Amino acid sequence: MSLRSNDAPETGAFFGRDRTWHSPALTPGYKTSILRAPQRALLSLDGTLSETTGPVFGHGMIGEQDNDLIHNFAKPGESAIGERIVVHGRVIDERGSPVRGALLEFWQANAGGRYRHKKETYLAALDPNFGGCGRTICDDDGHYAFRTVRPGAYPWPNGVNDWRPAHIHFSVFGHGFAQRLITQMYFEGDPMIWKCPIVNTIPDKAAIEQLIAPLDWNNTIPMDARAYRFDIVLRGRRSTLFENRLEGN
Amino acid sequence: MLRSIDVLKETPSQTAGPYVHIGLMPNSCGIEGVYADDLGSVMVNDKTLGERIAISGRIFDGAQTPVRDAVLEIWQADHAGLYNSPSERRGTADPNFTGWGRSATAAEDGVFRFETIKPGRVPFKDGRMMAPHITLWIVARGINIGLHTRLYFPEEAEANAVDPLLLRIEHRARVETMIATRKGQDYTFDIHLQGPSETVFLDI
Ligand SMILES: [Fe+2]
Repeated sequence: MSLRSNDAPETGAFFGRDRTWHSPALTPGYKTSILRAPQRALLSLDGTLSETTGPVFGHGMIGEQDNDLIHNFAKPGESAIGERIVVHGRVIDERGSPVRGALLEFWQANAGGRYRHKKETYLAALDPNFGGCGRTICDDDGHYAFRTVRPGAYPWPNGVNDWRPAHIHFSVFGHGFAQRLITQMYFEGDPMIWKCPIVNTIPDKAAIEQLIAPLDWNNTIPMDARAYRFDIVLRGRRSTLFENRLEGN
Repeated sequence: MLRSIDVLKETPSQTAGPYVHIGLMPNSCGIEGVYADDLGSVMVNDKTLGERIAISGRIFDGAQTPVRDAVLEIWQADHAGLYNSPSERRGTADPNFTGWGRSATAAEDGVFRFETIKPGRVPFKDGRMMAPHITLWIVARGINIGLHTRLYFPEEAEANAVDPLLLRIEHRARVETMIATRKGQDYTFDIHLQGPSETVFLDI
């Protein structure tokens, strides 16, 4: 566990989720949502111990190459094909506090836009040296970084001619089960972002822009890899100052 | 002028997509050797305290077709009602029980399965005890933001009747959607995304 001994873990409930900021469940432009969107109102409830707690993932479980998608599936001495990039940033919560120890898992298509998956039918070639998954754990300031190749765009069956813009999928595990989040990162300057039915399930342009990683020129490694910066915000949590009521209060 | 309180906005969710297994359980979909094991595939060992149970089920879409590309995670207390989490301040949970599991619905028949233990009771904020339950989180292609729900146990009718969360369900017939069925140590928990038996999902 990475928590400092003088810094007791927090126990407050998480801020309510702003459901107008996220995509609604039913988004007909993304056809698969039509039969998979719950139709009844969600039951809204302040978090209990079952949601304010969550498992801890130790740095010890992370292998040396887990955050290097260029090499973690490649044969010894070889590497994945594509534009070399570093993706880095911080995981913080809505109060701006770092979410230390957060577990990030990421997955993506190869440089040609092809996933290594038995259900994938796109005709772009597989790269024998690219698996497409990686993971890392944030440090005490919430920082993370990984190395990969820039994924290609790919077509998918939705409209007649829908394409996914280049993207990396992220799964984030913060401190409480209620913070659980899966999202996708896009690349600054890609004109396809605004044509994508999945991106456009998000109602607010400012929310979409939270998913677009800018080119981070200062952190680009000369003669090696360009850097993209992607910060992730998880739900904040209340202080428990007035919540541990004494008996009879 | 009124000063604003500085609060950032949560990063918006996006669907896990059809290839979520690559990221969350690569060994299960033929990407072997990157990680030793898939996270969350084992919750117990031979020293884990409590009653061994298995939970399986399927997720049905609005056409009553099993969803065969979903990933589920569960989170639960140990046999004594303690969570294996730093935010658990009431005591120390069983170190031989993670409390957290991850499973995919099978590509063939859509069945998911967890081998775990039956959890103890956990208090609600006001001190009332909640009935034993397991928290579930579901992601898949076509689901824009992960769905939270809970599994309760059929043999706990008395505790279920006074459970603070179940009591909040306005349409009483829907309470049944959160209660598993049982055959010995095997529980079945089917989830319905839509339709007359749509599962109660939580905004929590
Ligand atoms: Fe994708």
